[in-house]
Amino acid sequence: MLEYFNFRVILQYLPLFLKGFLATGWISIISLGGASFVGILACVCRLSKSRLLSSPAVVFIEIVRSTPLLAQLYFFYFGLPTLGIRLTEIQTGILALALNSGAYIAEIVRAGVQSISLGQVEAGIAFGLGLLQRLRYIILPQALGVTIPPLLGQAIVLVKDSALLSLISVFELTRAGQMMTSERFMPAEGFFTTACFYLIFYYCLKFAANWWQKRLIFRGV
Amino acid sequence: MWGYYLQNLINSMPLFLKGLWMTVLVSALSLLGGSALGFITGLARSSPMKPLRYVFSVYVDLMRGTPFLVQIFIVFFILPELGIQLGAFAAAVISLTIYAGAYICEIVSSGIDAVPAGQLEAAKAFGLNRFQQLRYVILPQAMRTILPPLVGQYVLLIKDSSVVSVIGVTDVTRVGWLTVQRIPEGLMVFGLVGILYFVICYPLIRIANRLERLMTHDRIRL
Repeated sequence: MLEYFNFRVILQYLPLFLKGFLATGWISIISLGGASFVGILACVCRLSKSRLLSSPAVVFIEIVRSTPLLAQLYFFYFGLPTLGIRLTEIQTGILALALNSGAYIAEIVRAGVQSISLGQVEAGIAFGLGLLQRLRYIILPQALGVTIPPLLGQAIVLVKDSALLSLISVFELTRAGQMMTSERFMPAEGFFTTACFYLIFYYCLKFAANWWQKRLIFRGV
Repeated sequence: MWGYYLQNLINSMPLFLKGLWMTVLVSALSLLGGSALGFITGLARSSPMKPLRYVFSVYVDLMRGTPFLVQIFIVFFILPELGIQLGAFAAAVISLTIYAGAYICEIVSSGIDAVPAGQLEAAKAFGLNRFQQLRYVILPQAMRTILPPLVGQYVLLIKDSSVVSVIGVTDVTRVGWLTVQRIPEGLMVFGLVGILYFVICYPLIRIANRLERLMTHDRIRL
């Protein structure tokens, strides 16, 4: 097979792949930002004592975790226009990715928050700190350290999930591979190159997660 | 208009159920295949032989580092070039099996690594052979760590099986995609698709949570 592998064509299409690589990168970063926001919000709601806040959060998290991202993506892509909301494909994709990963991040943050001993929170209450101050000064700084490695794991999942955006015709890495395949009819070259670019994301994030994990152990957390 | 579409959707319910059956079939086959593959590679990955461990950790990295969408394109478009003709269904099951196998490999090998080294030394001291060590000492203890994430992985597998719709397997997602061309009410159509997935996945998630609580509870009592 390797004798048929045409490296010259790959070189010719390299600018396209680089563009797709960057597109996947910034789509992932924006979605991850949105997902962190959604996740922390959902987690705070879920852990609150008021059922009015906690039950919608639980419903949101369970629904997202029990349905595939592709179905969610199509739900927004085909569903939002019928409500009169017109978003571009990229916006729809980022919205779906942020909500999807947000639910998983909520669970990750919850595990981090619950790893803090109750005494810390009680000390905060004793100092007369409000809920927001307790979150800002006591809970989040401690919880974030523990949650960074699984959060980076979720970032890996997010980068891979962003490949599905190619199905609603967003230009990103997988789309670049599809374009090359359809123009030159070279699926092997197209998709193996795509896979290699994804591996760059994967190894960087994995390295970062391992590094942080080692740092945590070093600090004795 | 809304009622008319709803009526239409109810009429195409048999199609959705057929799609659901396809989803279950693809998931079940690759679940079996993936578990078998995962356990074999997982055992190999935590074997004392260095080259074996290295090979299978590369396999895990490659599968976990690339999107399943790209993997299924590779299986579906490239194997025919090598002279292996596959239908969409076979390609879907094969690629899902290989993909899930990598994750299960990781789960199994970390479960085995979690068994204290003293257990293995004791098994050796008792004169058990390699198979007996695994069968009677290592695996029963490792299963406790393996089982909860394994069920969680099955949920992920069912959800990932929605991606096989892009190569033309008519699972629930594909039925939804086909229906939405006819009934332009995306919220309704994909709401139904979501409900169908939810019905399968949610009980499994509950089982996984329950197992996790059960296993950790047990450990504390020990």
